[in-house]
Amino acid sequence: MSMAHLVVQLLSGLAAGSVLFLIASGLSIIFGVTRIVNFAHGSFTMLGAYLTIDLIGRLPDGGFGFWAAVGLAALVAGGLGVLLERLVLRRLYRSPELFPLLATFGVVLIVQDAALALWGPEDLLGPRAPGLTGTVLVLGLRFPVYDLFLIALGPVVLGLLRLVFHGTGWGTRVRAATEDPEMAAALGIDQHRLFTGVLFLGSALAGLGGALQVPREAITLQMDMATVIEAFVVVVIGGMGSLGGAFVAALLIGVLQAFGILAFPRIALVLVFLVMAVVLMLRPNGLFGRAEPAAGSHQALSQGSFAPPGPLARLVGGIALGLLALVPLAANDYSLIVLTEIFILALFAASLHFLLAVGGMVSFGHAAFFGLGAYGAALAVTGLDAAMLPALALAPLAAGLGAALVGALCVRLGGVYLAMLTLAFAQILWSIVFQWSSVTGGDNGLLGIWPEPWASGRAAYYWLTLVLCAGAMLGLRRLVAAPFGYALRASRDSALRAAAVGLPVDRLRWLAFALAGALAGLAGGLQAFAKGSVFPALLAVPTSVDGLVMVLLGGLEALSGPLVGAAVFHGLETEAMRGTGHWRLLLGAVILAMVLVCPSGLSGVVGRVAARLTGSARRP
Amino acid sequence: MSRAILEVEALDAWYGAARILTDLSFELRSGEVLALLGRNGAGKTTTLRAVVGLVARRRGRIRIADREVAGLPPYRVARLGIGFVPEDRRIFSGLTVQENLEVGRQPPRAGVPVWSPERLFGLFPALAGLRHRPAGRISGGEQQMLAIARTLMGNPAVLLLDEPAEGLAPRVVDHLAETLRGLKGEGLALLLSEQNLAFAGVVADRVCILEQGRVLHHGTMAALLADPTPAHDHLAL
Repeated sequence: MSMAHLVVQLLSGLAAGSVLFLIASGLSIIFGVTRIVNFAHGSFTMLGAYLTIDLIGRLPDGGFGFWAAVGLAALVAGGLGVLLERLVLRRLYRSPELFPLLATFGVVLIVQDAALALWGPEDLLGPRAPGLTGTVLVLGLRFPVYDLFLIALGPVVLGLLRLVFHGTGWGTRVRAATEDPEMAAALGIDQHRLFTGVLFLGSALAGLGGALQVPREAITLQMDMATVIEAFVVVVIGGMGSLGGAFVAALLIGVLQAFGILAFPRIALVLVFLVMAVVLMLRPNGLFGRAEPAAGSHQALSQGSFAPPGPLARLVGGIALGLLALVPLAANDYSLIVLTEIFILALFAASLHFLLAVGGMVSFGHAAFFGLGAYGAALAVTGLDAAMLPALALAPLAAGLGAALVGALCVRLGGVYLAMLTLAFAQILWSIVFQWSSVTGGDNGLLGIWPEPWASGRAAYYWLTLVLCAGAMLGLRRLVAAPFGYALRASRDSALRAAAVGLPVDRLRWLAFALAGALAGLAGGLQAFAKGSVFPALLAVPTSVDGLVMVLLGGLEALSGPLVGAAVFHGLETEAMRGTGHWRLLLGAVILAMVLVCPSGLSGVVGRVAARLTGSARRP
Repeated sequence: MSRAILEVEALDAWYGAARILTDLSFELRSGEVLALLGRNGAGKTTTLRAVVGLVARRRGRIRIADREVAGLPPYRVARLGIGFVPEDRRIFSGLTVQENLEVGRQPPRAGVPVWSPERLFGLFPALAGLRHRPAGRISGGEQQMLAIARTLMGNPAVLLLDEPAEGLAPRVVDHLAETLRGLKGEGLALLLSEQNLAFAGVVADRVCILEQGRVLHHGTMAALLADPTPAHDHLAL
């Protein structure tokens, strides 16, 4: 490749990086003040793009129409950000990190369905920017003027943002409230109003970024998650709260993507995450970030002590297990299939619950290990001609190894960093599985993963699943009440104090992460044989979110929560799929309702009702 | 005698399930300094924080210039003229000295002194030369002055100071006492939390001695200095 081509590619990367900076700076500003990673940020970018195309069609042709559409799209995105702050985020500033993540993800789902209904499933192409449609010659090669405009826009926006935050009273108050919200309030600063303004600014930047993409590339319904993950990577690499860092990191990622696509077209995304992993290992606070103030104002997700079950609970559990074992004698095939699926989901949810509630680690990529198990088992069958049992044994092994590897990089980071890193790794794995079609079958998946003859009957496979899932969940339950469980909970409640009494906190967390991964892998292996096939969707983000929803539905404070959550979730999904085409809309609404109204889950509600009935409710 | 600017009546407060304050009552007039004396854990800081609205669970009546504020969020209380200077100062270390002052700025209020950065640099000359320095990089004594100056930018009618002399060099403490007497002279009401009777004795007109969240002794500073028995009984002297 010639020098000229390299230069043009570099410039193209800088232009992409400039747009990425607009979006990432918005995310960074919002995170800095609210300590919330707003998944819906990517949705605002997507909406900004769709709205621009939509508005250009309604406004007069020419320069005014185009730029007015861009401006309006940014304003609407900002307005939606204000709405999000007022209706959702405001209630979640002090709740555990998982809740705002999930709630904003619920918004993502709702916006996706809305965008699909409004603009249809096809990719949309917008017009080019009037006045900037030409090209200039760079070392003899044509280069779009519009990209030069974007390259110049990045530093201008950075300068303006600096001016706002360092040159205005509003910006100064925002920085003060970021540093110490309580003290700012004691000085008469209305934090909510300030935050509403920040959400407007940040979301408008997201919308502007989306609007400015219109002349460059096709607008798709997938750009929301892709954008927010990329923007988060930028913020992490640059250092939380550093706009200059975000600028440098955005350009770096833009250029890296531009060359990555040339060098390794299929794993350009992986390259980006690898850079992030390396940066985080060398500089945990990012290139320009400062050490975060220790603990944020977030509450712990769970303080549950998970006492071992009493005799009554044991009796009830034993009877329930016995009854479940007898089900195949009476039930039809359909019920057996449903119950088998529920057991598998319950094990997946239980492994995630263990990680969240006992380990105190929020993972947004737990499906990676579910999928690793499923693909491990499937590949053992298709590639190695393995029998079912060895393939099933391989599933937790493969997933456990994968989790050990990911965990080694992730577990020493806490809170939202861990959540986003696990999400990033799950995305890497997903793109590998999706792209490497010679081995994984790509989008077509792997088919013909059926159980051996002895287990191929519905009843036989039901029993096999019941034995493995119940066994694994009971084992997990014992572990929680064993010294390892105590040590893990101690690390969850106060890492500092746990370390001070000599507990190897990072190793405990790492072991828990690997174990949770292995059990999710077992569930994945069982899933592969239950369905006879595996697809990349098994390890995609929605599957991870399904797991989180199941755990939350069931409630975090009870070890039986995952089972309840899986059953309810499965029923809900089947009914909604049958009833409407708007599964995402419904799931999003369920997530929002759960997080905002009933964060203690079904077991929490049942517990409260039971307490009231028995008259033992404690007055607040 | 003028009406009380701050009235606290039957104040109870909790942290979680732990009761910190029980049936606390006192009042404060403009131009008056009241010192809350007591050992560590007696409830002095909690009293101040409860008045500002920083204690989530509290019960009782708090009135500023006859206006009930007990249910209001902290920023509203602050805007009604209550200025709070916390014990650990909590200056915004990422902001410059000047920016710290700007964050505290509120509109002028009738009947109380109006402050500007220039006026405050006159009151605390040490800060004047540091105005563009990040506040995280000035000394502890300078941070204490900045914390007071920042709160004064809100033009408060009542200033709550939590152990302002703690950790300061004797010379700085003297200057602080003089400054506080000056503020009193301007008509501000000062509510002081102190363990140090010597410092409180120089500044305060009246004292409340707290123990386990209750008022055990209430009287003038002059009387306490004349007969320090209550102080000996309830303070770690």
